[in-house]
Amino acid sequence: MAKSGKNNIIQAEGLKAPVIRIGLLQWAKTNLFNGVLNSILTIVTLFLLYKVVPPFVRWAFIDSLWFSSAEQCRAGSGACWSIIPANIRFIIFGFYPHELHWRPLVAMIMLVGLLFYSKNRDHWSPSLGYIWIAGLLTMGILMRGGLFGLAPVESDKWGGLPLTLMLSFFGMFAAYPLGVLLALGRRSKMPAVKTICILYIELIRGVPLISLLFMSAVLFPLFFPEGLTVNKIIRAQAAIILFTAAYIAEVVRGGLQAITKGQYEAAESLGLNYVQKMRLIVLPQALKIVIPPTVGILISAFKDTSLVVIIALYDVLKTTKSALANPSWMGFSPEAYLFVALIYFVCCFSMSNYSRRLEKELHT
Amino acid sequence: MEKGNPVISAEHTAQGATWINDPKIRAILYQIAVLGIVGLLGYYLFNNTVENLKRQSIATGFGFLNKEASFEVGESLISYSAADPYIRALLVGALNTIKVSFVGIVLTIILGTFLGIARLSKNWLVSKLAAVYIEVMQDIPILLQLFFWYSFFYDILPSPGEALEPLSGIFMSNRGLVIAVPEWHPAYQYVAMAFVAGSIAVYFMRRWARIRQEQTGQPFPVFTLSIGIMTVLPAAAWLLAGAPLTMSVPELDGFNFKGGLNMSPEFAALLLGLVLYTAAFVAEIVRAGIQAVSKGQTEAAMAIGLKPGQVLSLVILPQALRVIIPPLTSQMLNLTKNSSLAVAIGFPDFVSVASTTINQTGQAIEGISLIMLVYLCFSLLTSLFMNWYNKKMALVER
Repeated sequence: MAKSGKNNIIQAEGLKAPVIRIGLLQWAKTNLFNGVLNSILTIVTLFLLYKVVPPFVRWAFIDSLWFSSAEQCRAGSGACWSIIPANIRFIIFGFYPHELHWRPLVAMIMLVGLLFYSKNRDHWSPSLGYIWIAGLLTMGILMRGGLFGLAPVESDKWGGLPLTLMLSFFGMFAAYPLGVLLALGRRSKMPAVKTICILYIELIRGVPLISLLFMSAVLFPLFFPEGLTVNKIIRAQAAIILFTAAYIAEVVRGGLQAITKGQYEAAESLGLNYVQKMRLIVLPQALKIVIPPTVGILISAFKDTSLVVIIALYDVLKTTKSALANPSWMGFSPEAYLFVALIYFVCCFSMSNYSRRLEKELHT
Repeated sequence: MEKGNPVISAEHTAQGATWINDPKIRAILYQIAVLGIVGLLGYYLFNNTVENLKRQSIATGFGFLNKEASFEVGESLISYSAADPYIRALLVGALNTIKVSFVGIVLTIILGTFLGIARLSKNWLVSKLAAVYIEVMQDIPILLQLFFWYSFFYDILPSPGEALEPLSGIFMSNRGLVIAVPEWHPAYQYVAMAFVAGSIAVYFMRRWARIRQEQTGQPFPVFTLSIGIMTVLPAAAWLLAGAPLTMSVPELDGFNFKGGLNMSPEFAALLLGLVLYTAAFVAEIVRAGIQAVSKGQTEAAMAIGLKPGQVLSLVILPQALRVIIPPLTSQMLNLTKNSSLAVAIGFPDFVSVASTTINQTGQAIEGISLIMLVYLCFSLLTSLFMNWYNKKMALVER
């Protein structure tokens, strides 16, 4: 295998296992047809795939229409992807003023850029947190306007993908400190604090998100004094924050439990007080351990924001449903839903992939 | 800090530290402060609520539950009409939630286990297909999947006249899912009774066999005999009662099917969405559980001469289940909580009926408290089960 010139080096490194070259047939034999049962399984699966895949490909690609009118679509037999380009701006941006669409677009590009920047672990430092806070503030200003000569856009006009991203990412960031406090409270030795935290966490984790969203829609207005009205989106955001915090608390508690007692004792013997002990010794280690499950919570928060459809907020799922309610595009729901599913899939898949890689790198 | 060494604390006081440095007193002060803040916040919100209610002249209390509901509920396990009180409508909703959750949990465990095993299959094609399914289903929100299945039933499927028949006896149309089932006959009652009697007999036989084996060391063919009892007894009951064979096959009658087991499109879409979504998570749990049992365990069990069936039931399953059951229970609870999304596709589950009640009566506080209470009961039951199970399964170490 090795050329004569490299022989010495290879021997110096120790002999490597020989690479067995196998052909396609050999591969198929070991992986698909090793034994009677496996062969039958393979053949049955291939038959099912043959029954399903070609008609789907025919429907989705060969017979499909991409840029046509609804009438042409109804005459055709394939998928009508035309519903997407015809309604794309409404699906993505909702009722945001048409000529100002560049602002949420820039905000989303900023968010994606920030995410890509934070992916690299070399960039992880306290200043990254400040970059994120600055970034989120800028995105908020871009969306809302009213400053720096940007025309103000009321938040009841926000919708589509920016709303989905805002509810999940802003919710996650706001819920994080609250979740850490709740986790610390649950591990506290003070009975009153501990009881309050346990009650809160278990109560929230025991009920479905939809009940909290209902609460935000019909009960929150009752909680505030007369004259103080809080926007519906902000109320839903508050419900999502309260909900996510309970789940973050449980994840962080897992991290706190994983820190050995010696770390706590060492911090105390140095004479650090509780705040210093947690801030300088325990939390930095605990939070690092729980990064992968935290990404998991971000994924479910991202998926769960779709529930705001039920309280009639125009997130990306609701705008899609409204586009489908238009009589001329009625009945093309599979195409529209597949498109939205693709958006969600791309976002969640890249996040979960990243979390898995991180888990391997951090050896947790 | 918490268990103050008496010597050290004496030194502290000697150096002139005041009572404010005493950790015990500090802890009490902190707790008073926290309780005070929470109490004040609660009082503020309560006060505002009372005032707002007074201003909108909404009466509080659960008195409305006995008033006439005057709305119809799409499907119900118990008899219900619009003239019944709200409390009965809510009961109908709760039963519907339990129905869809129960059927969903059973189907999810079957499909999830199957997918989890397929994921570990040595067959490359099967394993990769299972992996793709698991990844895709986990990454698409359940609500979107529910909308998709709902539109699948209403927009894509044909009318009952041209209903699809994927398997013989199963009809899918825009009126829902109809499945052929055996026609009702008293014999099935006896079969069920025989089944229950068989289960009890098997339970006692297993106990007796275990005690005998512990005393004498002689094994007893428990498994074969259990299977025998569980099949022979119901079969005998069925034969004795006249061996009915007639099936209730759905037939087209006017615009809809008659006979068979009929599921509304809403129920079918909800069930399909919940099962297909949750099964992906269950598959991951099952896979992790099986992988958690190291290969050495199998080899050791075979080395001491256990048969393959015994290896599975005595060595691998008990260890795998210890890993599988806790996350599995939380997924089952998730399925139950997700069934509340029925409100988005018009299936009358508890949340859906409660939200109609809130809209009609304006009793938002009571309605939402009821929703939370019902789901808290579900999670309380789950955690009670979990505690019992963990205690039972806890490793007994020497």
